[in-house]
Parts: sequence; C-alpha cells; structure tokens
Amino acid sequence: MEAAAGGKRAYSIIVPTYNERLNIALIVYLIFKHLPDVNFEIIIVDDGSPDGTQDIVKQLQQVYSEDRVLLRARPRKLGLGTAYLHGLKHASGEFVIIMDADLSHHPKYLPNFISLEECVFFNRVLSLTRKQKETGADVVTGTRYVKNGGVHGWNLMRKLTSRGANVLAQTLLQPGASDLTGSFRLYKRDVLEDLISSCVSKGYVFQMEMIVRATRKGYHIEEVPITFVDRVFGISKLGGSEIVEYLKGLVYLLLTT
Amino acid sequence: MKHIFKIVAILVAISAIWVALLETSTVPRSYTWLLPIYLVVALGCYGLFMVGFGLMFFPTCPQEAILLQQDIVEAKEFLAKKGVDMGSE
Ligand SMILES: Nc1nc2c(ncn2[C@@H]2O[C@H](COP(=O)(O)OP(=O)(O)OP(=O)(O)O)[C@@H](O)[C@H]2O)c(=O)[nH]1
Ligand SMILES: [Mg+2]
Repeated sequence: MEAAAGGKRAYSIIVPTYNERLNIALIVYLIFKHLPDVNFEIIIVDDGSPDGTQDIVKQLQQVYSEDRVLLRARPRKLGLGTAYLHGLKHASGEFVIIMDADLSHHPKYLPNFISLEECVFFNRVLSLTRKQKETGADVVTGTRYVKNGGVHGWNLMRKLTSRGANVLAQTLLQPGASDLTGSFRLYKRDVLEDLISSCVSKGYVFQMEMIVRATRKGYHIEEVPITFVDRVFGISKLGGSEIVEYLKGLVYLLLTT
Repeated sequence: MKHIFKIVAILVAISAIWVALLETSTVPRSYTWLLPIYLVVALGCYGLFMVGFGLMFFPTCPQEAILLQQDIVEAKEFLAKKGVDMGSE
C-alpha cells in the first residue's frame, strides 16, 4: 500500500469531533473521494465522545489504514482551540487543513484550497520578481459570503445576525477576510503554530481572532468560496449567548490587535 | 498599532475639524452644531443599508443541501459495505 508508511504527508487535515459518530464516517469517505491523488492524513481529535465516535474511527482505520486516518483522542471535552493544538502536535504535513466534522464543510472544496496553495507555491518557487514572491498565501480561508459561496438552512433571524455582525466587524475591525467565524481553513504549518500560540479566545471567537491576527501579522490570506449547509445530523453545540460572546470578542480584538 | 487607537485617532481628527469649524465660524454656527448629529445619522444609515443590502443578496444554496443528501446516501452505502457501522439513525 503506502510506500512511506507513517512518513511525512503533504497535508494534514485536522478534524475535531464531539459526538459526530455518523458524520465522521461520512466526512472521511468524502475526503478520500475528493482527494484521490493527494498525499494527506486525517487527524481526528475526539474528546471522549459518549456516542462512540471513536469506535467508528477505528472501523474507518480498517478501511482506509491507520496511516491515513489517525485517531488522536483526548479523555474529555476540553474545547475546540486546544483540540486544534493537540491535532497539530501530531500533524506531519507541511500544510494543515482544519475543518468541522458536521458536514457543513464539504470536502469537495478541498481541491480548491489546495490548488490555490499550490499555485501560490509555484509562484514562490519561480520567484521571478520580488512581487511574485510576496504573493505567497499563508492562509487560505473558506468564505460563505461571496459569489459561488452560500449558506443553506438559516432562518431570517440567523441571517440578520450574521449580516449585522459582519458589517460591524468589517467597519470597526477591518479584519482582512470576508468570513470571520468560518473555520474551514488551510494554513502553512508554521503560520498555524504561530497564530495558535498568540490566540487566547475560546469558541468561535477563536476563529475570528485567528484570522484577524493573521491579517495584523501581515500573513497573506487568500479566500475560497464555500457553501455551508447547516448540520444535518447531531446536535448543535452553540449556546444562546452567541451574540454576547461575539460582541465581547469584537471589543477584545479592537483592544488587542 | 492597536486598532482601537486608529478609531480613536479618526474620532479625534473629526472632532478637531469640527472644533475648528466652530471657532472660525466659516459656516454659520447653528449648522456646525448639527454636524455631529448628521454624522451619527449617516453612520446609522450606512450600517442599516449594508445590513439590508447583505440580507437582500444573502447567498443561499438550496441545491447544495440536495447534493449533500446524495453524497450521504452514497457514503453510507459504501461504508456499510466495508463493514463500518452506519447505525439506523
Ligand atoms: N474535540 C472537540 N471537538 C469539538 C468540541 N466542540 C465541538 N467540536 C467539534 O468541532 C466542530 C464544530 O463544532 P459545531 O458544534 O459544529 O459548532 P458550530 O459549527 O459553531 O455550530 P453548529 O454547526 O450549529 O453546531 C464539530 O466537528 C464538532 O464535533 C470539543 O470540545 N472538542
Ligand atoms: Mg457546525
């Protein structure tokens, strides 16, 4: 099978899970389907899901081999931010992709993330001019709010909050990306390490902080349109205090970045 | 520079211009007094307009939900055949 068993991969796809028994199987299948010729590994960071997510992952390892589907579990629910860090520790890829397991991030967009990164990479290899060298993307981020992107399954209220939040952030913060709270992203490994170590927020304010800090640090950010279908299986882990958290995050970022 | 300073700097600059206008009274004072109110109203309008505009042209993708359902069926079928427990949810 794989010649370089356990060797270095080009891409590490980190998928945090908590009670995603069904979704994780579907997403692993779809990742393999859409990246047939890519040297990647999937790192599943499961926080001791009571629904038996890890059993399914072990079954998936039988199908796709343990070198490509890695289970890096933690004993209990320790939160998303640290889940990424944990996954990153076990990642061998030069590039790291982060995505949710709940199928709202569809693996069919992965080739777009990768081709953008590769095209940028070739630019750098050629590096004919200084300017071209500077076009290197350090972060490729999925965005829902552009042409060819989109959201499905949100009611009017959810859309309204989303737009309001976005206008507020774009005006006050100038974050350098059109979709702040999305978490479907590709990072150069060292960039991700740098960003994670300078971010302190929890929850999805964390995603916001990551991209704003990336902008402030002068990293090159590219955007890929993605569509977002709200989770079909499993329960949402978002509480009602979403808006308050967001506003607090905004103020925090205004003061610290 | 922390972003809040930029915002404060812009506010200070605007206030400085306003005070200058008041002092020199190039425009009648009664107008100048009203300028901040206009500014706030303009900002509010901008915000409302942007939100309304974004809401009107909010990109949706009903087609994607259907495609996803097909993908799910396909994945389940494949995985069940490979012996992965797909449950009966
Ligand atoms: N390891 C780990 N994963 C988590 C934790 N909380 C959430 N996740 C996973 O992180 C991803 C995103 O979480 P979601 O619950 O989908 O959060 P969301 O997308 O903001 O909200 P909904 O889709 O509306 O539920 C999913 O794959 C979850 O399974 C956690 O504490 N630990
Ligand atoms: Mg989700």
